[in-house]
This record gives sequence, structure tokens and C-alpha cells, in this order.
Amino acid sequence: MNNISAAQAAYLSGLKRHRQRVRGFRLLIFILLVVLWELAARTGVLDDFIFSSPVRMYHTFMGMAADGSIFRHTGITLAETLASFFFVVLFSLLLAMALWWNRGLYEILEPYLVVLNSLPKSAMAPVLIVWLGSNPKTIIVTGILIAVFGSILTLTVSFQEADPEQIKLIYTLKGSKWDVLRKVLLPRSVPVLISQMKVNIGLCLVGVIIGEFLAADAGLGYLIIYGSQVFRWGAGVREVSSPVAVGL
Amino acid sequence: MDSFLTLSHVSYAYHSPQGELPAMTDLCLSIEKGEFVSIVGPSGCGKSTLLSLICGLLKPEEGSILVGGHPPDESDVKIGYMLQKDHLFEWRNIFKNVCLGLEIQKAQTPDSLAYTTQLLKSYGLEGFEDVRPSELSGGMRQRAALIRTMTLHPDLLLLDEPFSALDYQTRLEVCDDIAMIIKEAGKTAVLVTHDLSEAISFGNRVIVLSSRPARIKADIRLSFDEDLSPLKRRSDQQFYQYFNMIWEELKGHE
Repeated sequence: MNNISAAQAAYLSGLKRHRQRVRGFRLLIFILLVVLWELAARTGVLDDFIFSSPVRMYHTFMGMAADGSIFRHTGITLAETLASFFFVVLFSLLLAMALWWNRGLYEILEPYLVVLNSLPKSAMAPVLIVWLGSNPKTIIVTGILIAVFGSILTLTVSFQEADPEQIKLIYTLKGSKWDVLRKVLLPRSVPVLISQMKVNIGLCLVGVIIGEFLAADAGLGYLIIYGSQVFRWGAGVREVSSPVAVGL
Repeated sequence: MDSFLTLSHVSYAYHSPQGELPAMTDLCLSIEKGEFVSIVGPSGCGKSTLLSLICGLLKPEEGSILVGGHPPDESDVKIGYMLQKDHLFEWRNIFKNVCLGLEIQKAQTPDSLAYTTQLLKSYGLEGFEDVRPSELSGGMRQRAALIRTMTLHPDLLLLDEPFSALDYQTRLEVCDDIAMIIKEAGKTAVLVTHDLSEAISFGNRVIVLSSRPARIKADIRLSFDEDLSPLKRRSDQQFYQYFNMIWEELKGHE
């Protein structure tokens, strides 16, 4: 690595400069937005009672941080999101495997899966309260429902797209269908699984927040609803932004 | 019935809603132990189907296939299969790839692993155990695929155009390598190809198939000097005679 040519060195430093510039502009846009918002609130362009302002948000946050309530609410939402995420991954893997194993089952169930996937799941949340009660169970189930069907479909398709010759290889080595699943399908689907998981964690968070809107006495979704009802927009608007942070 | 591999009156067809596509009808063939048989025929004439049938992946609709006196599923004869592409899995390193067969058959004993290491060494892949397949050249990948087959000690090797995915020069070299390796190991081999020169340089017997449904058009024994490698055969006097002879057979009744 010691003897890099001048051209390679120039290329590397160019690459580094490019990355720094990207990072710099990202930060700049964020700062600019916050500053503009604050200025607009102070000069009265925006009504800070309705739109709040960065400084007000900061004070509410510090207040809630001081009595620890913000961490409790965030923690609850995070736990519920992770729980529903866990179940989504588990269910979609198991079902995708079953649907690949039994092609006929897939042909029978496919239209149902497509319909269930296009169903507005957030509209199901009130029904779920009636079925399951106003408790974390409902919230987690809402999170699962939002993500699970799309995830099953994506994984099943990824299993079915496997190269038939790779599958033939396993059979020529006297492997079983189970070996095909373990040695070919699961490992080759890892990239799909990872990208699907990235989508799922976001969808689960959406589901959990919607669940909390309706059926919770704690969590970020609850705080948003609570904030809007008592017109503490400082809290409300800030809470809308903190799921963003959880998502990151 | 004493042959190592016997196909008698084998028929097989592919079925689809559009209709029936006969791949072969009433095919009879026997191959002795230690023979190197090349099977040539036009593309899509059912050559690969033939290998799948011998290997037991497909069942003949009519007729019977006996390997060492028993149907492929029940035979003690171990069959190794090399596909057109190497199908080394990118998520495994080379060592794990060549151990795939042992892994599936739960035969990863210290002995078999030592044998695998020895194979890697003698086929020039020593030091590449931890490398990903994409970092190897086409020829090295095909040799790795051969090792994957050889770790299971096959008595009969089925080669389904295993060189067709390689560029021409590599193809000649790898064909040379692999033919010599299999010959030295004393195996029986059946090579399927549409490349006439490859068929002549590889086998000591060439079987010409007709276009679909496959029938045997000609069965020609080659009398090259035993020690000639496939590459050297190509510059032998007889090569061109055989080439012309089989060429005539191939295009004969199209």
C-alpha cells in the first residue's frame, strides 16, 4: 500500500473530497431548515402556536427528558416495533418456505395474499381493538399486519426465482428438497431478506404508531395524539419527528 | 445384461398443456466399465435428458435403465454429475463449495476432508480454499466443480457439456485436464456435447444422436493411441478422418 501511484492518490483524495462534500451538504440542509423554521416562527410568518418552533421543541424535550418520560415512551414504542418486526420475519420466512415447498398451496393462496397485502391495514386497527382489546397486543398485531403480507410475497418470489440448475446440482449430489432449501434457497435469498427487513422495520414502526394512536396509554403514538388533543403542539410536532429518529 | 450401464428401449417425453414433446423413443445403449463415451447430437435433441435419466433424476416412461445391474436409485454404483455451468455458490468459499456433496451426504469425516485437500492440491487449487468463486478463472472454477464431484468417489461420471461455458482456449485446456484426471482415476465417463471435435478428442467411443426424438444414428469406436491426451488427438492423422465420418453422420438425414 506504500507505493500508490500519483494518479491513484489523486483518485483517492478526490473520492474522499466527494464524500465530505455529500456529508457537508446533508448537514447544511438540516441546519438551514431548522434555522428557517425558527426564524419564521419568531418573525410571525408561521404561527408558532400551531407550527411550534425548534426552540420550543427543545424545551419540551428537555422537560420530558428531565422527568424521564420521553425515554419511557420511546422505549415502549421501540419494544413494540421490535416485537412485531421479529414476528414479521418469523412468519414471512416460515410461510414463504411452505409456499415454495407446496407449489399448489401457493397457487391457491396467491390471490388472497395479494388482496390482504393491498388492504388498508391501518383501517383494521379499530376492528382489532374490538377483537383483542386496548392493549399492547393490538398494537403489535397492527405492526405485524402492515408488513407481513408484502414480505411473504417478496420472499416467496425470491425462492421461486432460484436457478433450476442450482437446484438440480443439489439433487445430483443426492440431496433432498430440504437440502435445496437449506443450501441454495435460504443463502441465496439473504440479500433479499436484508433489504426486505429494512422495509419491514419501517412498516412495523408505522403500524405500531397507528396502533398507539388508538389503543395505548404510553408510547410515541400516544404522545402525538395526546399532544394534539391538549394543543401542546410543541410536544405533538416534536413527537412526529422522534419516530424518524427511532427509524434511523 | 453384463454391461456396466444398460439402457433398453427407453422412452421419455416432456408434457405441457401445449402437447407432448417426445425427447427419445426406444433408445438402447450399453456402456462398459472404463469406457469414455462421447454423445453428440444437435442442440435440444435430448442429450441432457439422457444423462438425467441415467442419473435417476428422471424416470423413463417406458423401458429400463440398469447401472451395475440395478436401477439408478438402488444401485451401489456411485454416479457423479457435472453440469454445464460450475454453479459454485458465491456465498461459500472454495473449500466449502467443494465439500457441498460431502456435507449433503453427511460424510465429512477426517478421511474425506483429507482427500478433498489432496484433490485441491493435485488439481492446482491449493491456497485458494478461502477464496470466493468469483475470484477464480473459468478453468479453475470448472476444476473446483470437478473436485466437488470427485470427493464422493463416483464410479461413473456424467458430463453435461461441462466446458461449454468456457472460452475456447480455456476449454481446450480444461477438457485436456479433466479427461486426464478422470482417466487416471480409472472412472467410466459419459460426455454429452454438441461440439464434434470435443467429442472425438475426449472419448474412445462416439455415439451420434438424431434430432428429437433422439435415436442412435451411429456408434463409432475410436482407435487412438491410449496415451494421447485430448489436445494431442486433435493433431493426430485419424482425427480428421473421424471428424469427416461423424460429420457426415450428423448432417446425414436431417
